[in-house]
Amino acid sequence: MSGHKPQKSSLWADSWKQLRKNHAAIAGLIILTILISASILAPWLTPYSFEEQNLALGASCPSLEHWLGTDTLGRDLFTRLLYGGRTSFLVGFCATVVSLLIGVPYGAISGYSGGKVDSVMMRIVDILYTMPFTILVIILMVVFGRNILLMFGAIGAIQWLVMARIIRGQVLALRKQAFVESAIAIGASRRRIIFKHIIPNVMGIIIVYTTLTIPHVMLMETFLSFLGLGIQPPMSSWGLLIKDGASVMETYPWLLISPALVFSVTLFSMNFLGDGLRDALDPRFSKGRS
Amino acid sequence: MLKFILRRLLELIPVLLISITLVFFMVRLAPGGPFTAEKSFTAEAIERLNEHYGLDKPIMVQYGNYLLNLLKGDLGPSFQYPSRSVNDIIKETFPVSLELGALAMLFALFVGLMAGIVASLKPNTLQDHVPMGLAMTGICMPSFVLGPLLILIFGLWLGWFNASGWELPIDRVLPVITLGSAYAAYISRLTRGSMLEVLPSDYIRTARAKGLSEANVIFKHTLKNALLPVVSYLGPATAGILTGSFVVETIFNIPGMGRMFVLAAFNRDYTLILGLVVFFSLLVVAFNAVVDILLGLLNPKLRMHS
Amino acid sequence: MNRVIFFTILILLSGCSKRETPVDIGNREKILHLGNLSEPKDLDPHVVTGVSAYNIISALLEGLVTDDPNDPSEKTVPGVAESWTTSADQKVYTFKLRNDAKWSNGDPVIAEDFVFSYQRMLAPAMGSPYAYMLHLLKNGRAYNLGTLNVFNQVGVKALDDKTLELTLEQPTPSFLSQLNHWSWFPIHPPTILKFGKQNQMGTAWTKPENYVGNGPFTLKAWRQNQSIVVQKNSLYWDAETVQLNEIHFHPIGDHMIEERSFRAGQLHVTGTVPIDRVRYYKDSKPDQLRLDPYLRSYYYLLNINKPPLNDIRVRKALAMTIDRETLAQFVTRSGEDPAYSFTPPYLTGYTPPIRFSTDIEAAKKLLADADFPNGDNFPAMTLLFHTSDLHTRIAEVIQQMWKDNLGIHIELENVEWKVYQDRRKNRQYDIARAEWVADYADPSSFLDVWLTDGGNNHAGWSSAEYDTLLKKASLTVDTSERSSLFNQAESILIDEQPIIPLIFLPSKSLIQPSVKGWNPSILDHHPYKFIRLEVN
Repeated sequence: MSGHKPQKSSLWADSWKQLRKNHAAIAGLIILTILISASILAPWLTPYSFEEQNLALGASCPSLEHWLGTDTLGRDLFTRLLYGGRTSFLVGFCATVVSLLIGVPYGAISGYSGGKVDSVMMRIVDILYTMPFTILVIILMVVFGRNILLMFGAIGAIQWLVMARIIRGQVLALRKQAFVESAIAIGASRRRIIFKHIIPNVMGIIIVYTTLTIPHVMLMETFLSFLGLGIQPPMSSWGLLIKDGASVMETYPWLLISPALVFSVTLFSMNFLGDGLRDALDPRFSKGRS
Repeated sequence: MLKFILRRLLELIPVLLISITLVFFMVRLAPGGPFTAEKSFTAEAIERLNEHYGLDKPIMVQYGNYLLNLLKGDLGPSFQYPSRSVNDIIKETFPVSLELGALAMLFALFVGLMAGIVASLKPNTLQDHVPMGLAMTGICMPSFVLGPLLILIFGLWLGWFNASGWELPIDRVLPVITLGSAYAAYISRLTRGSMLEVLPSDYIRTARAKGLSEANVIFKHTLKNALLPVVSYLGPATAGILTGSFVVETIFNIPGMGRMFVLAAFNRDYTLILGLVVFFSLLVVAFNAVVDILLGLLNPKLRMHS
Repeated sequence: MNRVIFFTILILLSGCSKRETPVDIGNREKILHLGNLSEPKDLDPHVVTGVSAYNIISALLEGLVTDDPNDPSEKTVPGVAESWTTSADQKVYTFKLRNDAKWSNGDPVIAEDFVFSYQRMLAPAMGSPYAYMLHLLKNGRAYNLGTLNVFNQVGVKALDDKTLELTLEQPTPSFLSQLNHWSWFPIHPPTILKFGKQNQMGTAWTKPENYVGNGPFTLKAWRQNQSIVVQKNSLYWDAETVQLNEIHFHPIGDHMIEERSFRAGQLHVTGTVPIDRVRYYKDSKPDQLRLDPYLRSYYYLLNINKPPLNDIRVRKALAMTIDRETLAQFVTRSGEDPAYSFTPPYLTGYTPPIRFSTDIEAAKKLLADADFPNGDNFPAMTLLFHTSDLHTRIAEVIQQMWKDNLGIHIELENVEWKVYQDRRKNRQYDIARAEWVADYADPSSFLDVWLTDGGNNHAGWSSAEYDTLLKKASLTVDTSERSSLFNQAESILIDEQPIIPLIFLPSKSLIQPSVKGWNPSILDHHPYKFIRLEVN
C-alpha cells in the first residue's frame, strides 16, 4: 500500500499543474474564492444588518449608501446578498456532497454488479424517485423539526437518484473494457476495482453533473423554504432573492438583476473550474493530451 | 427482447406495491387531513366526510380496499374535487402535460444535442464558449424567472402571445421554451462532457485515420457512445417532464398534471396523490426500461471498438 | 423540425397584425372574462366552502332573495320569492314564490324544491361544512346533529307549490341577509336523484352536461384548472335584465400572471392585484384599479394558555407596540385600514369599539410590570404563519417593531398551509397569523367566532359574559339596542386581547373600462345579472 503513495501524490501534483495552465478554471477558482469569502466575512463588509428595515425608504434604486439598492422593506440588498450567499453556498455544497456520497458508489456498485443486484438496486431508485417530495419533506419536518442538516439530507436524498442512474449507465459500459477485465484477471478485489479503476474513469461525468446539481440544489432550497424547512425569514438566500426579485421584475428590476447576476457568475465560475478539474483529473483525458 | 420486457413487467409489480404502500401510509402521517380548512369544518361534518370516504375504517382495511379497487383499475374519488374521480383527473390532465412535455423534450433534445456537439468539437474556443455560455444561462435562469420574462417581452411588449392560457396552438410556444430550456442546458452540458471523453479515444482516431468523413465520425461513432450519460439522464427526466411541471403550469395557467401533483400534496388529497404516484411509477419504470434497452443497443459498439 | 417551422410561421403571422384580444372579442360578444384565483372544489352549494366557488354558484343558482344591485352586501331584493310576510314574533317567514321562476330544464321552481334542498343540506350524512347556517331553522341543529330523525319537525314547510314557510328557532334580525348565502340556495331534486341519492355528495350532477340550475346563467363548460364557462339562461325569470351572454372564470393562481393576463387583454376583472403593482395603477391608470372596503379582518392569535401570553399585560404590550398605520402605508400599501377592533367599521348601523391605541411608552411599562423590563428574560416565542409574500412581509415588520420597541425577539416560523391549519387548530403555537372573512353582512358573522363553543375559536379564549351578550344580541330585534350589545361584547374581547387586530384588507381588483355595474361591495358580491359590457 505504502508503495503506491508517492505515485498518488504525484498524480495530484500533475493535476494541479495541469489545472494552473487553464486560465478559465483559475479565474473561476478566484471568483469563487472571493464570493465565498465575502459571504463568510459579510458582517465586516457592510455597515447594515440583513434584517434592518427602513420602511419609509422602501424599495430604492442603487445609490451611494445602498450600492445595489434596497428591497421593498428598505433592507440593503448588497447586505442581503452577502448573507444569502452563506445559505446558498452551504446548501449547494453540502447537499451536493450528500448526493455524491450516496449516488456515486450506489450507481457504480449497481452498474458493476449487473444482473439481479443491478435490477433490485435500480428498482429501489425508481421507487424513491416516485415518492411525493412535498409530503416527504413535510413529514420529515414533523419528525425532526426545522433543521438545516435535515435540509441537506432532504435535497441530497432526492438528488442522488439521477446521479446514481447516470453513473450506473457509464459503469455498465466500462466494466467490459479491457482495463477492467485485466484488473479482474490479476485478481483485484471488487471494491478495489470499483473505487480505484471505475470511479476515476467516470470522474468527468461526475464533475459535469455536479456542476449541474449545485445550481439546481441552490434553487431547490427556495421550495424547501416555502414548505418551511429552509431558512427562516428574515434570513434570505440567493434563490429566495431571485424569486422575490422575479415577482417585482417590472416595478423594481434591480431586485432581480443583481441576485440573478451574482448567481450566474457563481455558476459560470463553477463550470469553468469544473471543466478544468475534469481535464486535469481524468486519467485518460490528460494522457490523451500529453 | 421479449424476455426483457416480460421481466420488466414482472418487476413492476413489487415496485408498484412498495410505492403504493409507502405513499399510502406516508400521506396519512402528514399533519392536517384533507378536511382541515381556513374556516374549520365542524367535528360532525369531518366525521361524516371521513365516513363517506371510508377514512373511519381501520387503516389496514382502507389499505386492502384501495388495493382491491386498484386491481379493478379504480383509483378512487378525489377528496379535494368530490365530483371527479382520480381516473378522470388523470385522463384530463395527462394529455395536456404530455403535449407540453413532449414538445419541450423535443426542443430540449434538438437544442441541447446541437449545442453540445458544436461546443465539443473545438473545446475552449469561441465555438465552445458561446453555446455553453447560453446553456449556462439556461441553467442560471430558473423557470420562475424565465417564464415571466418571456411573457413580459413576447406577451406584453411585443404582443405576440397571450400572457397565459392553453387554448390556441400559439399558447404552447412560451411554456415549451420555458420548460425546455433547463433540460436543453442539462443535455448540452452532458453531451459536451461525454463527447470530449469519447473524441480522444483510440477507436475514433482509428475511424479518422481510416479517412471516414468528419460527419460520419461525429454522428456514427462518437455521438453514439457519447450519448450514454444523456440517455441515462433522459429516462427519469422524460418521465418527469411528461407528467408536467408545477412551476411552468402555474405560471402559464396550464391545466396539466404537474400542478395537480403539487396541489394534491398541499390539499392532502390522499387518493389523488396515490393515484398520481401509481401513474408516475408506471411511466418511470417504462422509461427506465426504454433507457436500459437503449444502453444495451449503444453498448456493444463500445465493446467492439475498445 | 416541422413544429419549429410551424411555430415560426405562427409567430410571423401573429406579429403582422395587432391581435384582437379576448377582452376585445368579449366586449363585442358580451362575454365577461373574470380572474377567479383558484379552482373551485365543486359546484354543489352543499359541498363547497370558498369564495372561488361562490363566484360561480351565484351565477348558476338563485335563492329566495338575491343581491341588491346598488348595495349587493347589505341589502337584498326578491329573488325566487316575489314577496314574503313575517309573523308578529319574527319567527315565521312565509315566502310567495314567483310563478315564472324556472329551472334551466323548464321545470317550475316549487316550494318542495327548497324543502328537499334544506333537508339535504342538514342531513348528517352530507357532512356539509356550511350546514350550521341552517341551524337558524327550528330544529335544524338537532336534525343536523342526528338527534332528531324526522325532518317534518324542522322549520321548513311547503304550504303549496308556490308558498314556503320557514320557522326559525328564535327571532333573527339578520335573517334576510343570511338568506342570501349560498347555503340557502335551492338545487333541482330530480337532477340530484338522477345521479345519486339525496344525501350523496360528489355525484355527476355538477358536470356541465347534467347541471340544472335556476340562476341567470347555466353551466356550459368546466375545464378543470383552465376555465369554467357559464352562458345566459334564457329560461331565467328575469332574463331580460341579463346583459351578458357568457362569463368565463379563469383560475389564475399567480397574482403577477393574473395582472399580466389583464394587461394582455385576457381578463375584464382580476381577482386581486399584486402589492407592488398597486402604486403603478394608482399613479398611471387609476380608473382601472378598484380598492374597496371588504369584510376581511387580518389579525394575530395569541395562545393565552401559554406563559407569558397568559399575562394580559404582555398581550396588551404586544398589541400596543404595533404601528398599524405604518404597516398599511409602507408594507401592504393597498388602501388597508388599520384595525383596532375585530369587526371592520364598514357595516351600516354598527361602530366597533376602539379600546386601545399605539402607545409604546405605556406598552414598555406594561411589559416591565409583567417582569420583563426592556424585554429582559422574555422567553423564546415564535410567530407562526403559512408561507406567502404578504404574511412574510407583515411578520418581518412586526417582528422588527417588537424588537425595536420592546426589546423582545420573536422567531418567525413559516410553514405549509395544512401544517399551519393543523397547528392552529391544535393550539400548537405561541402567536399565529389569522384572518376572517364574513359570510354575511352582520357583526355576528365576526363576533360568533369567539363564542366559547365557536368552531373557529382557535385562541381557546372563553368569556361567559361575552357569550351572554351575544346570545342576548341574537334575540334582540331593536337595531340600536342590538348594536350596543355587540359593541359591549366586542369591548370585552378586545380588552382581554386574545387576538391582536392588525389591518382590514380591502377587496382589490383591476377592471377594464368597458365593465359597467361592478359596484363596491363589502362582501365582494357582484350580481352578474346587472353587469354590462359597453365600449365607449
